[in-house]
Amino acid sequence: MADLTSTFIGIKSPNPFWLASAPPTDKEYNVRRAFEAGWGGVVWKTLGEAGPPVVNVNGPRYGAIWGADRRLLGLNNIELITDRPLEVNLEEMKRVKRDWPDRALIASLMVPVNEDAWKDILHRVEDTGCDGVELNFGCPHGMSERGMGSAVGQVPEYVGQVAHWCKKHSDLPVIVKLTPNITDIRKPAQAAKEGGADAVSLINTINSITSVDLDLFSPEPTIDGQGAHGGYCGPAVKPIALNMVAEIARDPATAGLPISGIGGVTTWRDAAEFMALGAGNVQVCTAAMTYGFKVVQEMISGLSQYMDEKGFASVDQLVGRAVPNVVNWQDLNLNYVAKAKINQADCIKCGRCYAACEDTSHQAIAMSEDRVFTVKDDECVACNLCVNVCPVEGCITMEQMPAGEIDPRTGKVVQAEYANWTTHPNNPGKCAAE
Amino acid sequence: MSDTALTSGILAGRLDPAELADNFTDLHPVLEDHEALVAADRCYFCHDAPCITACPTDIDIPLFIRQIATGTPEAAAQTILDQNILGGMCARVCPTETLCEQACVRETAEGKPVLIGRLQRYATDTLMAAGTHPFTRAAPTGKSVAVVGAGPAGLACAHRLAMHGHDVVLYDGRAKAGGLNEFGIAAYKTIEDFAAREVEWLLQIGGITLQTGKRLGRDLSLGDLRDAHDAVFLGIGLGGVNALGLEGEDKQGLRDAVDFIADLRQADDLAALPIGRDVVVIGGGMTAVDAAVQARLLGALNVTLVYRRGRERMNASRFEQDLAASKGVRIITNASPIAVHGNGAVREVEFEYTDDALTATGQTFRLAADQVFKAIGQSLDCGDLPDLDGRKIAVTGAGRTSMKHVWAGGDCAVGGDDLTVTAVAEGRDAAMDIHATLTAEG
Repeated sequence: MADLTSTFIGIKSPNPFWLASAPPTDKEYNVRRAFEAGWGGVVWKTLGEAGPPVVNVNGPRYGAIWGADRRLLGLNNIELITDRPLEVNLEEMKRVKRDWPDRALIASLMVPVNEDAWKDILHRVEDTGCDGVELNFGCPHGMSERGMGSAVGQVPEYVGQVAHWCKKHSDLPVIVKLTPNITDIRKPAQAAKEGGADAVSLINTINSITSVDLDLFSPEPTIDGQGAHGGYCGPAVKPIALNMVAEIARDPATAGLPISGIGGVTTWRDAAEFMALGAGNVQVCTAAMTYGFKVVQEMISGLSQYMDEKGFASVDQLVGRAVPNVVNWQDLNLNYVAKAKINQADCIKCGRCYAACEDTSHQAIAMSEDRVFTVKDDECVACNLCVNVCPVEGCITMEQMPAGEIDPRTGKVVQAEYANWTTHPNNPGKCAAE
Repeated sequence: MSDTALTSGILAGRLDPAELADNFTDLHPVLEDHEALVAADRCYFCHDAPCITACPTDIDIPLFIRQIATGTPEAAAQTILDQNILGGMCARVCPTETLCEQACVRETAEGKPVLIGRLQRYATDTLMAAGTHPFTRAAPTGKSVAVVGAGPAGLACAHRLAMHGHDVVLYDGRAKAGGLNEFGIAAYKTIEDFAAREVEWLLQIGGITLQTGKRLGRDLSLGDLRDAHDAVFLGIGLGGVNALGLEGEDKQGLRDAVDFIADLRQADDLAALPIGRDVVVIGGGMTAVDAAVQARLLGALNVTLVYRRGRERMNASRFEQDLAASKGVRIITNASPIAVHGNGAVREVEFEYTDDALTATGQTFRLAADQVFKAIGQSLDCGDLPDLDGRKIAVTGAGRTSMKHVWAGGDCAVGGDDLTVTAVAEGRDAAMDIHATLTAEG
């Protein structure tokens, strides 16, 4: 079994699977159960200032969308930061860390944008023995209306300023949690780095309305006939999160900045994908909220098996491995030619590939009287839609055409050489690109 | 084992009422809402779906399942009923395992088709429970059509004609409408008087006058009907029952399976219905299975179904055969009856093993029997009809017979399987042809 030990900005944990700051990490009881189940670390639910805690709504906090068989694909929430007194949280954190010294315990923090507030909270959490702090600049609902959370994360100057204060007033490693509710994720990441942050974590939740009650005409989750936008997470947001992680990983200004990957991690495979795109570890919430803490055991066994198969001695060998292959569109090889191929033995003759291609794509699939579906190579542009709509995994594949053959669609010989848009004769900016 | 279980002869009350009630509950209970959503989720919404092709009434199955999945079972029912006005009954009695569900791509993929039949029932039951009838009549055409036979073909034809504004007189020889739905199908497939309720619901369209107790050849003549109406549709089914052609066939205890099933369907009290201890059913179709299974459910100790050809030639589907076996019916194939023994009442039936070509082997055996049901096929039992093709009414196109303005469909006409759903399709299509013909004539 591969060694999954993780060291992230100097913080050690037995595996790279942390629970994100969220309802599952709001109390000692939950966190102890998480550690018993095998989670490598926990980012404690966000702490606010001392004094009367925030209050939550007393109605539904979550909305959801589902896939087939009511599989939860996306969850949104309108819950705020911890609504329990700061002192209670701090005492519990201290006890848990004392009993679980090998696990990572991170304090998530959110206080108003002034130096004293941050200085005060940092000193309080240092007492718990926690391994680091995560600055919550991501929460998109409730707290943002009070000038915190994503209201800070959306202003790179604030991000850098607060990161700077935290490094100034504490020796704890500082992770800045970024909001995706911003046009260019690289800007707050750059600001965090410039402010001295040790790492960024992303993504926090996405502004969302999951559905509308068509009798009440109110957004879900509905509180007394009204709804507010909430923060969206779960498997549905993974593609957005992966892209943002990759953007930071390949930005020269932030290259090498440690990243804790968050956003829809549900299986070991999701975790491995985040890590391949540059995340040093991952944080999980929705999968645990959907299936319970035990899911980490599949993540551990799966990642371990994968690393054994790949011959990776440590998780560091996986981290960032896909980053060099994330390029801009103009860098893609236009001489690469593929064609869809339908494996007749696997085909169940549903005809979805045909409907998709005939109605919405390139009319490149033929359907015979007896429902045999075949690809017309002279029409196929290899768009992959048929692969994506086919219900049988592996039934339709994309096969690369060897160099030297003639592409029946274009009548041109497939070239072996790499050539992208910057040098393409159709590109009016070709000269400029050279 | 009850006291009466071993008593020979044809006796009532072999089982106590609670056991009987339990035995005759719904074969497939209606899906719960959750079950329906899970089942509907499995549909792939295939292009030009094979299930539609496999359905004799061409119901747009992927569409109605999608309508269920999106929380609109009433719209799903409309999709079904547009094509098949007896969609509720067909959901109960269709051999889906040889039709839509056999064609389902998930049968190919996983050996587990989408539960199309049960989803159809979910949709149609939802709509019927609301008590609404989602069809209205077109403006009156002033044309009158006689529909003879209020079984599946006749009902489908009458409804479609009424919808297009024609006045329909629906005749049936029995005291109740419904045909085989009411008299000829196993009780556990259509509980709680569903057949009668469905007829009542169907007639809500209006414009259909039902006249029961009017049998063609007895109370009605085709000539009179042609004179009195602009068109005639014959959906008279197959009223006659084929005979075994054996000596001793008139012995007491030997009767037609269809009569047994009809008695059972009309019985107010199943405990009062007599059944033999040792029952032999001769035949290999749905009727034979329905009779054999119900004999067991009434408390017969030994029920044997004997079919003269091989198992794969049986008209009863594999599902029906397995159902019979699961209820304790013994199935013997490749054996033909050669004699009925007994002194006044039947005591034994003698069979001879035969191959699929019905060649006798000379090897015989006897089965103890105090009751024997014949289910070896039915035939037309009415004269004064259009030209026949073999033993059924010859038709071309959408049920046109050799007589002008006389159409026929369902079991009495040539073509298609003798299934409820096929009869519905034929009745519906004949109605459209009648409508087109009468409209063209002005």
